[in-house]
Amino acid sequence: MLKDFFNKKRKYAKIPSERQQPVKMNDGVMTKCPECKSIVYTKELKKHDMVCISCGHHLPMTAYERINSLIEEGTFVEFNAEITSRDPLSFPEYEQKLEKDRQKTKLNEAVVTGEGYIEGCPVVIGVMDQRFRMGSMGSAVGEKITRAIEHALLKQRPFIMFSASGGARMQEGVLSLMQMAKTSAALKRLDEAGLLFVSVMTHPTTGGVSASFASLGDYNLAEPAALIGFAGRRIIEQTIRQELPEDFQTAEFLLKHGQLDKVVPRQEMKETLASILDIHGYKEK
Amino acid sequence: MHSYLPFEKPVIELREKINELKSFTEEKDIDLSGEITNLEDRLKQLEDDIYGNLTPWQRVQIARHGERPTTYDYINQLFTDFLELHGDRLYGDDEAIVGGIAKYKGQPVTVIGHQRGKDTKENIRRNFGMPHPEGYRKALRLMKQAEKFSRPVICFIDTKGAYPGKAAEERGQSEAIARNLLEMAGLRVPIISIVIGEGGSGGALALGVGNQIHMLENSTYSVISPEGAAALLWKDASYAKQAAQTMRITAPDLKELGIIDEMIKEVKGGAHKNLEKQASYMDDVLERSLHTLWQRTAEELITERYEKYKQIGEVTGESVVTGEREN
Repeated sequence: MLKDFFNKKRKYAKIPSERQQPVKMNDGVMTKCPECKSIVYTKELKKHDMVCISCGHHLPMTAYERINSLIEEGTFVEFNAEITSRDPLSFPEYEQKLEKDRQKTKLNEAVVTGEGYIEGCPVVIGVMDQRFRMGSMGSAVGEKITRAIEHALLKQRPFIMFSASGGARMQEGVLSLMQMAKTSAALKRLDEAGLLFVSVMTHPTTGGVSASFASLGDYNLAEPAALIGFAGRRIIEQTIRQELPEDFQTAEFLLKHGQLDKVVPRQEMKETLASILDIHGYKEK
Repeated sequence: MHSYLPFEKPVIELREKINELKSFTEEKDIDLSGEITNLEDRLKQLEDDIYGNLTPWQRVQIARHGERPTTYDYINQLFTDFLELHGDRLYGDDEAIVGGIAKYKGQPVTVIGHQRGKDTKENIRRNFGMPHPEGYRKALRLMKQAEKFSRPVICFIDTKGAYPGKAAEERGQSEAIARNLLEMAGLRVPIISIVIGEGGSGGALALGVGNQIHMLENSTYSVISPEGAAALLWKDASYAKQAAQTMRITAPDLKELGIIDEMIKEVKGGAHKNLEKQASYMDDVLERSLHTLWQRTAEELITERYEKYKQIGEVTGESVVTGEREN
């Protein structure tokens, strides 16, 4: 047929709809799982560390929920809770946005750092909270993580980092970019001192965060189905004009391509961390 | 023949007029020298006015100028005995990053840089200077080699960013960049990074963790392109001009923010107007930098590099329980 000579190519890239956020219903009493759409009691969901009871989908956890699920009760001491970013570029509406997120999350920044015990092993831990400016890294996030690493170095403790971030924070411009170098430089010191660093990538870990500390673990772990990557899916599709595989940039995809040590379901996270810590001789009790 | 940018139009028009008058005087044998001197004074003033007060967006345009000198151009001007080395020994050779060994005023050095193409064909081969992971891994291999043989590393930064592609993600673009940041922080030899065009995000920073960072006057260094920032923050890429201003991405901005060490003066109108002269400006800064850094021990170099990045960032609020700073 004549028309076979004219190869019809789509001139546009397909853009999948954004991953849906869990819908809180009835003032948060019930939550709808974005994956299987089943409606469950929020309380029940929290009891299961925000893992959907019917389909096993991992819903986002707040930083403190994560800490409570891992760190032995009463052992957590937070560092630098007051540190927050300033507005170095006088960026339009940035201060209002920071203030809004502070109100909403009761956090001062997108990362909580501190020290505590996991199954008898002392650790320094950082947990990002994606509710605060999408977990983006500005000066404050970079500074808090760097200080946490320095503390681990001082106390000769292992460092565990849970990432959940859209990348570098645009509103602080190049200062955010430089936090990538700052945190990585601190990790180099930790590395030289022979101390353990376990990086756990949770949904989502992208951009400047995945291209700095999150990829630098002695062990790089991830939660199931977490989105992990450097460039955004949409940008890639627009650049290469190709449809990307369904599982592109998921934790499983990275595992398949040799970029991760292990995908660890949330229910097994604590014991996995404990076992790594134990093998490295950090168990005290 | 150079191609001109829109804002240069008045300068070009006046220069053409002067040239016309000059040939007219010769042809008709009329003395218009007074007139010409007048116009030439005006031209000088006009040039100072336009080139001396460049807006951030105009600087972006100069930084992206098709004829702007690339890494190879500066290598040819500033170094001798350059031997290009290829490949990351893991996957392939990424031509978006070039590197090798050379001599700088008789001293052995390692030179690495992003490489754009001069025409479409070369640009396709070099992927418009946007590296894949193998490019960064080649760069790291050459840095480690420099460390082994105790020679300083000079990096030229000139990229829109690391390539956002499927293959790049599959081969670990994030890890490749992150690894460079970590390893550069601990390198036992001096690292000097010079931004010569666009310094786009993590893809630029992966050659940028230096003891000293310099920027050409009309180069940019940013977390995202002005177009990207506009699309993201104002949902409209046509706000790029405004974004260029707001994001503070030019060399004077970065000098003021305390991120770069020196801003390297550019030839009037941009580096592409006179490569030899531009290279000589760069030469002065490079020589001074190397001279300073050569006197440091490896430990001093590493500590200074750490402190340099440690102090970048603006935060408020100090907690009672802090991660004590050890230095």
